Amino acid sequence: MNFQQFKDILHNGVWKQNTGVVQLLGMCPLLAVSSTVVNGVSLGLATAFVMAMSGAAVSPIRQLVPNEIRIPVYILIIAVLVTVVQYVMNAYMYGLYVVLGIFIPLIVTNCIVLARVEAFASKNPALPAALDGFAMGLGLTCVLAVLGGMREIIGKGTLLSGIDLALGDAAKDWVIHVIPNYKGFLLAILPPGAFIGLGCLIAGKNWFNLRAERKARGDSTAVAAADSGFAPAAH
Amino acid sequence: MSASPTKESLITALNLLVFALIGTAVLASTFFLTRDRIRQSEEAEKLNLISQIVPPALFDNDIIKDTLNIAPDPLLGNSDDTIAYRARLHGEPSAVVLEAVAPDGYAGKISLILSIRANGEVAGVRVVTHKETPGLGDYIELPKSPWIKGFDGKSDAVYKDNDWKVKKDGGQFEYMAGATITPRAVVKTVHKALLYFEANRDKLFAASVPQPRPEDSK
Repeated sequence: MNFQQFKDILHNGVWKQNTGVVQLLGMCPLLAVSSTVVNGVSLGLATAFVMAMSGAAVSPIRQLVPNEIRIPVYILIIAVLVTVVQYVMNAYMYGLYVVLGIFIPLIVTNCIVLARVEAFASKNPALPAALDGFAMGLGLTCVLAVLGGMREIIGKGTLLSGIDLALGDAAKDWVIHVIPNYKGFLLAILPPGAFIGLGCLIAGKNWFNLRAERKARGDSTAVAAADSGFAPAAH
Repeated sequence: MSASPTKESLITALNLLVFALIGTAVLASTFFLTRDRIRQSEEAEKLNLISQIVPPALFDNDIIKDTLNIAPDPLLGNSDDTIAYRARLHGEPSAVVLEAVAPDGYAGKISLILSIRANGEVAGVRVVTHKETPGLGDYIELPKSPWIKGFDGKSDAVYKDNDWKVKKDGGQFEYMAGATITPRAVVKTVHKALLYFEANRDKLFAASVPQPRPEDSK
């Protein structure tokens, strides 16, 4: 794997094919746990870890698995990895484990994990496969962090609340009260806030892309902007 | 592909079996590696919760180990066996920790843990899990509001049946406008748990028989 490849995979995962705002895969955890930064980032990192490991695990055995049963085998591998993560979180980050609850085992059903294993890891060597999984997971984590931050600030007026659940009691003072004496805005915390926030993020990303494209063409009128292919398919 | 279909399916099945075995082995070893640690975390969490509702001055026994299985009872609202923890001071029973479930919260069940002193007074109540509306019905949680401390020191002797209601219904308990279903459910459940305690006092405080730990029922 040369440097260019490395850069391409990373760029693809974190930005160009971002799970959260471009591919729109794995919406269930994205919308459910993004009520605070800490929740979002924790689940994002757990997903990134599972994706990297499943990429690394599937790639070496891709020649051994008969084509007919590849999906069950991949799912089996992913399920094993997720359960390992669940045990470890239960043992060492109990508070966070309780907060994330059902969404940890649900990483198995997050279609982005299987999608990357099937689309990338089953056709590439182990190192790029692991990197691809990690980059995709990192992209998801970034979206979860931004969305979680938006919802947390608007909904509760804080940032990093609950960080002591992830990093222990020492981190209790890290909570930032962005807006002091804030009464809270319930809508942002409830599920609709997640949809509205995600919509804004997608719009922002599309706007940014279109602008960058126009600039690249040196054409400020940008007639072709509308058909530049930014119509992410929902799954 | 020259192999016969039967042979081919056998090979495929064998292949899947091998992966299943490897997966099981990995899971089993992780389970054994993390088991003790998970048990410790859960016990620490439990002790943390218990020490919030049973003042440490009230017991000197190993409260986590002094347990009693409680069969499902309509007064407690539990559908499975739960565990009661007994607090003892110098060998004398001082309080008991019970789990109770309010079936009629605004959004489903609310599970509570409460401790009752030997004299029948509530020593403390905490909400363990609930699905009440955030920002509206969740004032039953301690970090959100001190409401739940309103039960401390109350007993069936102090408050008569009609007092065990929210003020809106003519009782003695505070509530917040806009969310009365939630406190109503909690008040009713605490009262029923007290009735359960009165009816089963002797059984609850019976000398502890060393019991085998209920193996991971979850």
